[in-house]
Amino acid sequence: MSLPDDLTLLTAAESRVALDNREISSVELTNAYLSRIEKVEPHIHAYLHLMTDMALSQANSADQRIESGDVSDLTGIPIALKDILCTTDAPTTAASKILEGYMSPYDATVVARLREQGAVFLGKTNTDEFAMGSSTENSAFGPTINPWGENRVPGGSSGGSAASVAAREATISLGSDTGGSIRQPAGFCSVVGLKPTYGRVSRFGLLPFASSLDQIGPFARTVEDAAIMLRSISGRDKMDSTSAPIDVPSFTEKFGADLKGVKIGVAKEYSVEGMEPGVDAAVKAALKQLEDLGAELIEVSLPHTEYALATYYITAPAEASANLARYDGVRFGNRIEGDDLIDTYKRTRGQGFGPEVKRRIMLGTYALSSGYYDAYYVKAQKVRTLIKQDFDAAFEQVDAIVAPTSPTVAFELGSRTNDPYAMYLADVFTIPANMAGIPGVSVPAGFSDGMPVGLQLLGKAFDESTLLGIAHAYEQAAGFYKELAEV
Amino acid sequence: MNSTTTQAPAATLKTVIGLEVHAQVLTRSKMYCSCSADYANAEPNTHVCMVCLGLPGALPVMNQQAIETVIRTGLALNCEIPDYCKMDRKNYVYPDLPKGYQISQYDLPLCINGSLEITVDGVTRTAGITRVHIEEDTGRLVHDIAANEGLSLVDLNRSGVPLMEIVGEPDLTTPEEAREYLVALRRILRAIGASTGNMEEGAFRCDANISVRAEDGSFIGPKVEIKNMNSFRAVERALKYEEIRQREAVANGEELFQETRGWVDAQGITVSQRSKEAAHDYRYFPEPDLPPLHISRELVTSIADTVGELPVDRERRFAAELGLSGSDAALLNTERGIADFFEEAIAGNTSNGYPQQVANWLLNDVMGFARTRGMAADEFPINSGQLRELVNLVVGKQLTGTAAKTVLAELAVDESPSAAAERLNLLAMDDNGAVLDAAREAMAAQPAAVADFRSGKQAAIGRLMGETMKRTGGRANADDVRAALLSLLNEE
Ligand SMILES: [Zn+2]
Repeated sequence: MSLPDDLTLLTAAESRVALDNREISSVELTNAYLSRIEKVEPHIHAYLHLMTDMALSQANSADQRIESGDVSDLTGIPIALKDILCTTDAPTTAASKILEGYMSPYDATVVARLREQGAVFLGKTNTDEFAMGSSTENSAFGPTINPWGENRVPGGSSGGSAASVAAREATISLGSDTGGSIRQPAGFCSVVGLKPTYGRVSRFGLLPFASSLDQIGPFARTVEDAAIMLRSISGRDKMDSTSAPIDVPSFTEKFGADLKGVKIGVAKEYSVEGMEPGVDAAVKAALKQLEDLGAELIEVSLPHTEYALATYYITAPAEASANLARYDGVRFGNRIEGDDLIDTYKRTRGQGFGPEVKRRIMLGTYALSSGYYDAYYVKAQKVRTLIKQDFDAAFEQVDAIVAPTSPTVAFELGSRTNDPYAMYLADVFTIPANMAGIPGVSVPAGFSDGMPVGLQLLGKAFDESTLLGIAHAYEQAAGFYKELAEV
Repeated sequence: MNSTTTQAPAATLKTVIGLEVHAQVLTRSKMYCSCSADYANAEPNTHVCMVCLGLPGALPVMNQQAIETVIRTGLALNCEIPDYCKMDRKNYVYPDLPKGYQISQYDLPLCINGSLEITVDGVTRTAGITRVHIEEDTGRLVHDIAANEGLSLVDLNRSGVPLMEIVGEPDLTTPEEAREYLVALRRILRAIGASTGNMEEGAFRCDANISVRAEDGSFIGPKVEIKNMNSFRAVERALKYEEIRQREAVANGEELFQETRGWVDAQGITVSQRSKEAAHDYRYFPEPDLPPLHISRELVTSIADTVGELPVDRERRFAAELGLSGSDAALLNTERGIADFFEEAIAGNTSNGYPQQVANWLLNDVMGFARTRGMAADEFPINSGQLRELVNLVVGKQLTGTAAKTVLAELAVDESPSAAAERLNLLAMDDNGAVLDAAREAMAAQPAAVADFRSGKQAAIGRLMGETMKRTGGRANADDVRAALLSLLNEE
């Protein structure tokens, strides 16, 4: 393999080979990313906190480990972490004023696992405040810019993580996906974004938005890199009772050249009014590509899809309203002193939380209130069961379901900030997978007027291997992953 | 707020009482983290971690020991243990509740439909137990503003300690029954090792609901909840006060409210705590961080095997099979530790009268002695083997009762009572000559008593016996002394 002048062009898998062959050192690789960050970060603002010193010291240790032959998948690979994952050596703020400067006394389980592997942490990436949003514009510390268009949002909530990989400011990054917060920004930024099965990855140390929906997953430039990151962070964690005691495969074992014998479902419900023609065209081309690879396309029905958005906007805020109750200024984070206890609460939370977070706390509090609970929360849980049953039935016929990641490409900054409902619609295709707990991946599928389109593949619970096998075959055949954003 | 303008009803009123008990579950670690639950005497905020501090990103992990202990409690209270239960979040805001919600159980508790046997004035009946569920304790606020520069401080050592709530049916009709209910309940919790039941330390807390209604149903008074009662006696007093207050209100045609009232122990009254705010809306919903629990029948069976003999059954066995008086059988069973000590001491010897004799020594002397040393109810100054030997020495007439009491007081740790008696020179005089000598000396010292006896005043022998016993240092048997005196008095 001939090495590029710019080491940030290497994927994680390529970097692994180059590191293990001593063609490059982790310090060199890390320095390449730090230079790249210095150059492009003023235009992108993918990061909230850079961990430059830590990164170089980790790279040094990684080089020593590589020298001694003690190597894991991600030893010496520079990565970025969404600023919603607890880290002991950089602030963890969830892009909220209420946590400005907050230092966690412990590492999230995924962070600890990566640290153990000898990964290099470049920094903490921007997000919508507490992962609530679809554009990263709800960050209290300013938005992130889409590397494919300077007036476009990167999507959200994990917009900083998506942009960091798209702009080659990190090899791989971690995000979290509650209703599409990995897949949607991955689609908007033309990178691979994977939401694992609920329970595949420990949530311990992930600042929760909606506990029954949240799942941590990777952004990468290739499906292979996403698989590598997934196996590094997966597996039962006794600190998270919802993490599943299920074996962790390599997630690359079903990679192959074609898709002969693979059945892929096309759901008629995943075509909505207002869908952008360019997105529609890209998805149709992708379907053709999948057929050319030998896959059989089968129409399936997911009849309760239309209720997913409403169900989500009851369930997620309800859980969030409780999850965010602990931010009271008593034990940690910012406190705005008031005349008495209640006044202190009001000032701390009133000034600490942004408008979207407040909106969702109020929505959730309302949905759980006495007299409304049955009509909203209980009903939403029943619909959630129906959505899950839709997928169960569909997966009796097919191995995966294909859909657009989003109805549109990345929209312009500020264009939806005053219209929460339009913003919520950006997640209409990604939310059902969270409601059902199944894995989903967004893969680059071309462009509409120069902006990236994502192809979403949904798979069976705990069968990310099949899902990633299909995604990999498509990615290699389509080749859009080779096109890089020019910043 | 519901209020009822009352008409003095023609029919007689009855009182309806239901109790809610919160008991800390005796476990090594807290409910949802591995911090030690034994926080008594610890410096503030030293038994804490990211979970029980409610730090961002921390998740709860269920304490299996606590679950099993609550199931054991449910079984001891004759509850059904459903196959399926779940945890719920109970949302409210207060600085002692770090997460802003308490992980509790709402509609599907661990244990349901139980009962508790209570005895008042010799009449035994059962009171219903609605449910027993598991939750977590809160932290504590330290309001010593003067000492803390005007601040209230939060101590989260107690945060997350396993707590069970035992909700009783409104089956109780008098304050005395309410007190007995608590006594019986705590006795069970302690006997099965489910809780220390210590009310002073806050490990056992009680709220009471009380209302009055007409026997014929023509009037139903609103339910009043009473809080802040820190002892069984306080519960009984508060309920007595409230019962009278409500009955007088009805008699005088005054309005009664559904409200919460606080017991003010020093004044012996309840005071309304009602505020203008509507009833709490806790917005319960299923805890997404903890999967529902499927309780297997195998687990329930294996826990049932650990319940052991319940105090009420043991009490009956002590009376029926060991021949103890009913009151002594009850006293021995106030604490499992006392009953265990007693059974160890009798060591299977159920021969006629022996268990009662051991019980007498244990309840009167050993425990009285323990109390003077400030020991807890189930702590003993001697071990059960020492008690057995002591009683056997008395039964075998090797020690007089008086001498045995001295041995008890002087007994060294693990010293055998017979060795101690020897060391103290207290073994009974079996030398008849020595007793006769002492009797002679006593008669010489008390000539008036001798004269009285000989002039026909039989009772005068008592004075001579006392004098003789004094001269033997309590080591002579009364019967021997009497025989010696009679022989001397009659021969001369
Ligand atoms: Zn703890």
